Amino acid sequence: MTLATPATATPVDPPRRQPHALAKTRRAETLTGWGLVLPAFIGFVVFYAFPTLRAIEISFTDWNMLRAPKFVGLANYQALLHDGKFWNGMKLSLYYVLLNIPLQTVFGLFLAVAMDRLTRSLFVKSIVLLPYLLSNVLVALIWLWMLDPLLGSVNHLITSVGLDRQPFFGGVDQALLTVAGVNIWRHMGLIAMLFLAGLQNIPRHLYEAASLEGATEWQMFRRITLPLLRPVMVFVLVTSVTGSFQIFDTIAVTTNGGPLDSTRVIVHYIVQNAFSFYKMGYASAMSMTLCAVMLLYTVFQMRVMRANENDLA
Amino acid sequence: MSTQSTSVPGMHRASALTPGRLLAWAVLIGMLIVTLMPLWVVIKTALMQPGDLFAQSTRLLPSDPTMLNFERVLGLVSKEDAIAAGGSGADINFLRALGNSLLFTGIIVVMQIFCAAMAAYAFARLRFPGRDVLFGLFIGSMMVPGVVTFIPNFILIKDLGWLNTMAGMVAPFCLMQGFSVFFLRQFFLSIPRDLEEAALLDGASHLYIFLRVVLPLSLTPMATIATLTGINMWNEFFWPYLVAKDEAQQVLPVALQTFKSQTPQGQPDWTGLMAATTITVLPTVLLLVGFGKRVVESVQFSGGK
Repeated sequence: MTLATPATATPVDPPRRQPHALAKTRRAETLTGWGLVLPAFIGFVVFYAFPTLRAIEISFTDWNMLRAPKFVGLANYQALLHDGKFWNGMKLSLYYVLLNIPLQTVFGLFLAVAMDRLTRSLFVKSIVLLPYLLSNVLVALIWLWMLDPLLGSVNHLITSVGLDRQPFFGGVDQALLTVAGVNIWRHMGLIAMLFLAGLQNIPRHLYEAASLEGATEWQMFRRITLPLLRPVMVFVLVTSVTGSFQIFDTIAVTTNGGPLDSTRVIVHYIVQNAFSFYKMGYASAMSMTLCAVMLLYTVFQMRVMRANENDLA
Repeated sequence: MSTQSTSVPGMHRASALTPGRLLAWAVLIGMLIVTLMPLWVVIKTALMQPGDLFAQSTRLLPSDPTMLNFERVLGLVSKEDAIAAGGSGADINFLRALGNSLLFTGIIVVMQIFCAAMAAYAFARLRFPGRDVLFGLFIGSMMVPGVVTFIPNFILIKDLGWLNTMAGMVAPFCLMQGFSVFFLRQFFLSIPRDLEEAALLDGASHLYIFLRVVLPLSLTPMATIATLTGINMWNEFFWPYLVAKDEAQQVLPVALQTFKSQTPQGQPDWTGLMAATTITVLPTVLLLVGFGKRVVESVQFSGGK
């Protein structure tokens, strides 16, 4: 309508009827804007905002999904403080993160540096990324078979060099370690790809200048590569630590919490409370506690690593 | 060692085999072997006679390969024959699970990308009250871990009567995914406004511009997001496992987990399981063969700024 005349489009010479026309296009823009956002907004409200509030509400109740929920105040939170299995779950999840993250990050970083130096082959990249593209369930099945105490290839390898058979997923001392190993296998390539993208953003002239001044490889890695990878590092650490803390799939397929609760990590215990014992309130209280712990970690990590700053900027 | 060598990474040391480069090759080749070995064992096992598992587990190749395990898993032989061949007698309706997985992934990818693109365009280009607050909330939703929302979402799906339905499986993923919105908004912000302004002056509506000008320019980033969402959903286990355990609705990861836990004869049916695993790995390998570059770049984007 009025938009078609050039006069309304140039702010220099506003004709008299523009305020009205402008208000009208503004209204149209608002309508279009909300219209476009609406589906995502509904998704946000129904599956994020509302459930988050509801989770808090449920955590203050005693509810088995059959009878009406009964408000119990902070009783669930008090109960978890004295629940040895809750603390065991938190401890196992933390232990798992500590087993998983350092090795996974270091392997991924070395792999990325090696690839950055040696090859840009898409074939190599594809193989490196392949394990991450397989589902947790598939990866768990593959390793369940590889590590089978009787027939698995890994035990054949071990016994063929004269060592003792290992129970792996079946061993109380080894099960969680094995789960961590399996997930390192799955995620190493992903981490390597993320680091590789970061490495390729580092200007080459920095290395040339350093090497002209006689810096060694290790010095260049310490002084140039690592500091400039910090933004990627923060992303990798925050997402992989919070992801690892919520480990569930692999355990559901391989050990299902056993043997003797040695892999009953916190999310497994929460799911067990919700869907085996129907303690919805208690499970929600544990979820909220876990969420708070992860939030604290994220804030801490961002602070420590000055996540928002970029040394290249 | 000229200053012109900037296009070749790591060439500031020339390409002689220094100890560092040797080490790097060793790391890389070691990793490739560690990655591929298990997959080889999977295929080898899938081709074995179930009775040969113990005798042949050290061999690199099965002595008399068979397709029987694949036939069993795909339901091409009768149950009696399958048990006679050493199967556990557990059933896996592999083709149905495959169909469910395709449907589950397809619905989510299409709907999520479209909803995200609409929202992202509004956030990038239109001015409307509440925009910035809403965008902040969307970004915030990425921080809410699944462990907080899964119980209320399960209850909601149950109250809607959607347990064991496709609708219940796809609902939480269809409409809103903070990262997709964020990623596409960044892209829309980077498109020059000239084209859109010209169209506006011609009297086109914002909706028209979005559909006819911006979307056709955005196929590449939409493909990136579709790839990422597709991979994640193809692999999703937790949510379908909670809401759709019913055999008719199981997606592949849930069906495989069920197949594994049905072990009437004690030991899992390894040859059958590995045949199923092989068939399940296949689409991913084909994806990499066909679109390797896109997949690698998409995954790298997910860690971007």
